[in-house]
Amino acid sequence: MTLAHDFPVWAAILVAFFVLGGSAITLVGSLGLLRLGTFYARTHAPTLGATMGMGTILCGSALYFSVLETRPVVHEVLIAVFITLTTPVTLMLLARAALYRDRAEGSPDVPAAERMEEAPQRPESAENRSEHEEPAR
Amino acid sequence: MSEFLLTWSLVLAQILLGLAMCCATFRLVTGPRAQDRILGLDTLYVNAMLMVVTFGIRSGSSLYFEAALVISLLGFVATVALAKFLMRGEVIE
Amino acid sequence: MSWLLPYPLLTAALLALWLLLNQSVSPGQIILGSVLAILAAWMMAALRPQKPRIRRPVAVFRLAGIVLVDIVRSNLAVGTIILSARKPGLNAGFMTIPLDMKSPQGLAVLSIIITSTPGTIWLNYDAAKGTLLLHVLDLVDETVWIRTIKGRYERLLMEIFE
Repeated sequence: MTLAHDFPVWAAILVAFFVLGGSAITLVGSLGLLRLGTFYARTHAPTLGATMGMGTILCGSALYFSVLETRPVVHEVLIAVFITLTTPVTLMLLARAALYRDRAEGSPDVPAAERMEEAPQRPESAENRSEHEEPAR
Repeated sequence: MSEFLLTWSLVLAQILLGLAMCCATFRLVTGPRAQDRILGLDTLYVNAMLMVVTFGIRSGSSLYFEAALVISLLGFVATVALAKFLMRGEVIE
Repeated sequence: MSWLLPYPLLTAALLALWLLLNQSVSPGQIILGSVLAILAAWMMAALRPQKPRIRRPVAVFRLAGIVLVDIVRSNLAVGTIILSARKPGLNAGFMTIPLDMKSPQGLAVLSIIITSTPGTIWLNYDAAKGTLLLHVLDLVDETVWIRTIKGRYERLLMEIFE
């Protein structure tokens, strides 16, 4: 624990506010992972931590190091940019994979594929595969 | 005054983030389906990254920044590979 | 000049990344970072990606401001739903939105905006019909969401990219 003794109070209050607010928002998002009922509803929960929770905690970190080293420390921007660009990509891929699996199983809860080439072509499980009688290659 | 405030707010923030990681781990362990587990893993790595950032503030060393950067990049690659696996049943086609 | 800098925005972003990672703006780092960024942009030119044209740089900042405000607002909205609803997620549902935008860069930016705003997630874009499949956490009134996405984001993105 090497916190500076002469750290200004106004900055300490701001850092505490940012860090506590961000972690509280992240906790709410992760609670959503437990409370929401279906998979597609649950995909909305992690974005809370990945947008505002991440943003406020990184703000707090940048402010703390800038005041501590008395020079602007802004390399936290890099983490923010990476997370902002990557989290939507992973969530989209994951939701599309789940949609594909649900359609392959014929689940009534998801909208059906509108065009033939979107519809799942390849059966997933071994039982399905034996029904379709793929020709041996 | 400021040392007291920072110490306790960081401890409290780490407790909150630890609870958030517990929620994500619960979803990772219980499922019910594979996509729920991967969603739990995705949340877990973002929460772990934020936890590392708070550790960095606590210790006053900016070395933790690199660790957080690596966690965020590796977590992205892992989740993409797992989602691809769910979609096709194989990672490298 | 275009043989030296085929992708000026990419080069500038890579140089900024290099300087941020090294945490210094000394002349040596600037020269080394510039050389690396220009080399990387040349390698990118070998891949021949489609070059995006940003028509109105002012609209980029307006869009960024709007998205920032919307992310904060929907964070609070989704947080309220998670904490206070007795059975959260009952109103969740799928919806389709017809889009007029055709530019691939604009669609990519729109997908990132929609997915990173809590409460909405981009599922599928049908290029033949120009429709977008979304999943929305709080699907009470579809017209509100259509108005938000088409009026707030799509119009500005079309101004920027088309």
